[in-house]
Amino acid sequence: MVNGKRLLIIIPALNEAGSIADVVGEIRGELPGVDVLVVDDGSTDHTAAVAAAAGARVARLPYNLGVGGAMRLGYRYARDHDYDVAVQIDADGQHDPRYVPKLVDLLDDYDLVIGARFAGEGDYAVRGPRRWAMGMLSLVLSGLAGTTLTDTTSGFRAANRRMIEMFARWYPAEYLGDTVETLVHAARRGYRIQQVPVAMRRRMAGTPSHSPAKAMIYLGRALAVLTLALIRR
Amino acid sequence: MKLTLVTGLTGLVLLATIVELLRRRQLREKYGMLWLGLLFVVIPLSLFPTLLDGVADLLGVASGVSLVLFLGIVFLLLVCIHLSWEVSALEEETRTLAEEVALLRAEVEADRAERAARQELVSRDG
Repeated sequence: MVNGKRLLIIIPALNEAGSIADVVGEIRGELPGVDVLVVDDGSTDHTAAVAAAAGARVARLPYNLGVGGAMRLGYRYARDHDYDVAVQIDADGQHDPRYVPKLVDLLDDYDLVIGARFAGEGDYAVRGPRRWAMGMLSLVLSGLAGTTLTDTTSGFRAANRRMIEMFARWYPAEYLGDTVETLVHAARRGYRIQQVPVAMRRRMAGTPSHSPAKAMIYLGRALAVLTLALIRR
Repeated sequence: MKLTLVTGLTGLVLLATIVELLRRRQLREKYGMLWLGLLFVVIPLSLFPTLLDGVADLLGVASGVSLVLFLGIVFLLLVCIHLSWEVSALEEETRTLAEEVALLRAEVEADRAERAARQELVSRDG
C-alpha cells in the first residue's frame, strides 16, 4: 500500500539474473507492502528462480515476446488482481524505487506518470543521432499530450486503474511500441499524461550501447515507429 | 505444339499437387480453393495461349503472353501480402496465448505455495 492504494510493481526481465535480486530487494526494502511481479520474458538464465527467491511473484513467458508482451502480461495481472496502481520499473537497477511515491502521488490527477530524465534531476546526457531522435520524439509527443515530455522512451512509469484497463487490452509488442506508441495511443484517447523528473542510476549489470551506427539506426526506427503510430487509428 | 505440351503438363502437375495436398488435409480449404481457382484459369490458357490476345489488345498490351506475365506477378504479390497479414495475425494470437500461459502458471504456482504453507501450519498445529 502506498498512499492507501494497492500497488503492483511490474519488472520486465530478460536474462537479468545478475541484478534482479538487488532490484527486487531494494524495492521491497524501500516500499514495504507493495507487491512485485517479475515478468520473465523467456530468459535462458536463472532470472525467474532468483527473482522468486528474492520475494517477487514471477510470471514466466514460454518464449521471448519483447518488452511489450511482458508489459501487457503485467497489466493483465494488475487488472485481474484489482490493483489500483501499476508501476513499471527496469530490471537493470537504473530506476530508483524511492521515486515511486512521487509518481503515484500524481495519479489522482493523471492517468499515466512518467519518471523522466533530462528534466532537471540527475546528470544523464546523450549526444548525436540518439539525442536528435529523443528530441524529435519528445517534441511530437509533448504536442500530442499537451504537456512537456522530455523522456518519452523512459521505462519508468506509473499507471492508474483507468490506464491499467487500457494497457491490459492493448499494448504493442513491437520495437519502441511499448514506449512511443503507447504514449501516442493514450494521449489521443484523452488519457492525461504527466512526467516527474527523476535521476537515473548506472546499470547494476550489463552495458548500454554507444555506437554511432546503432544510434543512427535507432533514429531511423524511432522515426518509422512515430510515423506509423501517428497514421494509425 | 511443343510449348503447349510443356505448359499444359505443368498446369496439370500443379493441379494434381493441390488436389493431393487437399486430399491429405495439409492445406486449409481457403488456400486450396484459391489455387484451384487459379488453375482453372491457367490450364485453359496453357493449352490455348492466344485466348487472352483479345483482352491484351483491348488494354494496349502487345501480346496476351505479356498480359499473363503481368497479371501473374500482381497475383503473386497479393498472395505474399496476404500471407504476411496471416502471419501477423498468427503472431498476435500466439502472443496472447503465451501471456495466458504465463498468467496461468503464475496462478498455479501461487496456489501451490499457499497450499503448502497451509499444510505446514496444519501439521505444526496437529
